[in-house]
Amino acid sequence: MNAAGATFPAPLYQKWFDEYAKITQVQVNYQTIGSGGGIKGIQDQTIDFGASDAPMTDEQLGAAKGGPIYHIPSALGAIVMTYNIPEVNAKLKFTGATIAGIFLGDISKWNDPKLVADNPELAQVNQDIVTVHRSDGSGTTFGFTDYLSTVSPDWKSKVGSATSVNWPVGLGGSGNPGVAGEVQQNPYSVGYVELIYALGNKLSYGMVKNKAGQWIDPSLDSVTAAAAAALQNIPADLRFSIVDATGDTSYPISTGTWLLVYKNQTDQPKALAIARLLWWATHDGQKYNKDLQYAVVPDGLTVKSEQFIHQIAVNGKPVLP
Amino acid sequence: MASFSSASRLTPSGGTSRGDRVFNVVVTAAAACIPLLLIAIVILLLVDAWPAVQRYGTGFLASTDWDPVAEKFGAAAYIYGTVITAILSVLIAGPIGVACAVYIAEYAPRWLAEPVSFLITLLAAIPSIIYGLWGFRILAPVMRAAVEPFLKNTLGNVPILGALFSGPTVGRDYLVAGVILAIMILPTVTAVSREILRAVPNTQREGMLALGATRWETIQRAVLPYARGGIAGAVILGLARALGETMAVTLVIGNSSNQIRPSLFTPGYTLASAIANQFTEADKEIYFSAVVEIALVLLLVAGVMNVVARLLVWSVRGPLGSATRAG
Amino acid sequence: MERSRAARLGHSGGLIVMATLASSVASPLTRTSGRVRRREVIDGLATAVMTLCAAAAVLVLVLILIFVTINGLPALNLAFFTERPLPQGEAGGGVAPAILGTVEMLVVAALIGVPLGMATAIYLAEYGRGRFATLVSFLIDLIAGLPSIVIGVFVWAWMVRHVVGHYNGLAGGVALAIIMIPIVTRTVEETLRLVPDPLREASLGLGIPRWKTILKVVLPTARAGIITGVVLSIARAGGETAPLLLTSLGNQFFQVDLLQPIAALPVQIYNYARSPYEDWQIKAWGAALILILLIGSLSLLSRWAANRRPGR
Repeated sequence: MNAAGATFPAPLYQKWFDEYAKITQVQVNYQTIGSGGGIKGIQDQTIDFGASDAPMTDEQLGAAKGGPIYHIPSALGAIVMTYNIPEVNAKLKFTGATIAGIFLGDISKWNDPKLVADNPELAQVNQDIVTVHRSDGSGTTFGFTDYLSTVSPDWKSKVGSATSVNWPVGLGGSGNPGVAGEVQQNPYSVGYVELIYALGNKLSYGMVKNKAGQWIDPSLDSVTAAAAAALQNIPADLRFSIVDATGDTSYPISTGTWLLVYKNQTDQPKALAIARLLWWATHDGQKYNKDLQYAVVPDGLTVKSEQFIHQIAVNGKPVLP
Repeated sequence: MASFSSASRLTPSGGTSRGDRVFNVVVTAAAACIPLLLIAIVILLLVDAWPAVQRYGTGFLASTDWDPVAEKFGAAAYIYGTVITAILSVLIAGPIGVACAVYIAEYAPRWLAEPVSFLITLLAAIPSIIYGLWGFRILAPVMRAAVEPFLKNTLGNVPILGALFSGPTVGRDYLVAGVILAIMILPTVTAVSREILRAVPNTQREGMLALGATRWETIQRAVLPYARGGIAGAVILGLARALGETMAVTLVIGNSSNQIRPSLFTPGYTLASAIANQFTEADKEIYFSAVVEIALVLLLVAGVMNVVARLLVWSVRGPLGSATRAG
Repeated sequence: MERSRAARLGHSGGLIVMATLASSVASPLTRTSGRVRRREVIDGLATAVMTLCAAAAVLVLVLILIFVTINGLPALNLAFFTERPLPQGEAGGGVAPAILGTVEMLVVAALIGVPLGMATAIYLAEYGRGRFATLVSFLIDLIAGLPSIVIGVFVWAWMVRHVVGHYNGLAGGVALAIIMIPIVTRTVEETLRLVPDPLREASLGLGIPRWKTILKVVLPTARAGIITGVVLSIARAGGETAPLLLTSLGNQFFQVDLLQPIAALPVQIYNYARSPYEDWQIKAWGAALILILLIGSLSLLSRWAANRRPGR
């Protein structure tokens, strides 16, 4: 089976499909081309299922050639601010306003007063900030810009939120690994990546102030808290957003990630294989999430996913009994 | 050119056999695939790019707004990036490449000329992704740590020129891309220039030397002016190659759709790297059309450059391959 | 004809130059040696500059090869050549699927590109005269100059989107074939032109039809040059990355089915190079080393075959 899409959950998916191949002999080839690529791939039906951290918009769903698409949430994660400042070892503190300022180009030096206000140790660092963003279409970008649009009206009007935006400043890296790589290579740079990428490459990442005013260190628990808080208002098609969640312990830049699959399939064996894989991913597969720093999908959502998976059908006949 | 027309009169049957007719059809059909292929490429690209062409018109080439959210697409920044890096690469590789060719054709002792020529040709055999890897990991850090700050501190303060060397020196910018491209097109410039220099008749050189001119004067005043058109063609061929280079560029250029800024230290895009980065995920119809339109622009530009270059080279060397002219 | 006019112009231009130079050169020669010294110094300087440039070019080549070798050697172990890639962050595994994929797609590309290229070359060298042949010759050069990413876009639009429906290795092979064809055509055409006409005439004089003459007399004579062209084109196609990103995509499993995405060495290098994982970065260098060895040996092979060409 062929799948493609987001780099955000890639470490998890690659582990999943590696294990799945050992258990079932079914090989799922997952290529990391970014959420945008996953969305386009499923629209054009050039892949069997897609992966994206950005829920498809109505317009994108309309352009899908094979009919209705289900969003099956597979994991939740944190988008962290990762930076490379040789002199500073302490964890930096960011607010929505400072992050927006940095990526808009308004805050251009590390010793800008707005940053020093929260991080006194930055007063000595008289260097230009090099921002790193995604050069490819990215669900991580979507989550990040979704957050910025929510907390910064300036950002919302100037840039907006999408998988691919018009960045005012900065370098582009391809994929989460690309951004992590660029931050690693370039001193005085800052970028946004999924938590595991910062951890796995021993990159520093900072705390972010949440809606309740607390400084939150990104972690599994803080993501789960954000999900729980936002769970009250989940749309029926599971295209939710959990950024800037309420709650004292919620991490503000949290996001879910989805597997995208067509409701109406044409190839019986393949449809069965896809349905089985999705079932495994939302149940047994979840046990791999924690070690790789992804939060498990809450039970409330899994129930809904199960309903969707049961509705995957060939010629009207559901493939899973 | 093989002269079969007279020879075919020698076949005993006095005409072409059936085998000959079949063979003729097969080879001609194969040759006909070539124009068909090119037409297919142009048509397919045009069809896919049409929505964007219709919607943005000439503004596509002039506007720097590349905003998938607002559906505003202007490739001017990409065009600028392509032009700047290509010019930079030619400024570096042009003189050095021609100098190498002059060395091989005029200066090098016979036993040295072949190996040196071969080694420089080897540069052309290295795949572009390896240039990208080397540039990304070896050259860019050196540029960032040493070369760029040096340029900024020395030339950055010169009145007008200084604008080229302003801004943060990250090592992911037009300058690094230009340098990598220069290394990549050097073999092309050298190889073609060498052919051109060989095509210059020896009478030119001999005449000058007989009058007591030094070797350099001979080259400068007799050989180079004669070869001028062809060398221009060689340089333009190198330019054409630089325009289309994707992988090496995308790893070191920064991949950022910025506004057009004069500094060489700006991260940017070229047309080719923009396509590579955005093609697989252009999720809206119009976004996809815009990316294909970039490919179309690139196709046209590369095509025109190639045509001009070939014509220039032919004017000195002759059109039918290098083997047919004996200088 | 253009050429002789240019030659005549150049010749008369040269004469004029010589005349003016003679007047300026001859007299100082007899006057003082200071002027001569200065010209000699300039000449020496020019020689130094030229030599330096050539040395610099060779130096860059050496630098690149050295870095690839030094950084790539640590990655080469048995697992590297036989295993498939592991998930991100886990050390170990290899690039075997990519090596296989590259080889497989090159074979496909050669099967398509070599016959087409050779047939076109035969047409241009043995049959073609007149405007159609000139057009084809011209277009071959044009296709050779096309950016490979544009070829990738074309093959995606045709093979991935319409013909097969998803990313596949066949499309990758087709894209590589399109890149190969101009190289094969040009080199084979030049080689065929070098085969002396008396050979053809003798064969025809014996009553052998034209097509048999080409196949059994001309081609075998040109064999060395043909091999050169074919091997050169394979070497060039093997290093292409951009079109493969859009056509064969990539695969972490072993895959021989051409209708599925297939891994390739250049794409693997690209993915690994940009990653932050040190293990992957070392593997990128290792894969680069393998690629260079592969292409290098192909290039040397073509050169060896070229040196056996008759009439050289």
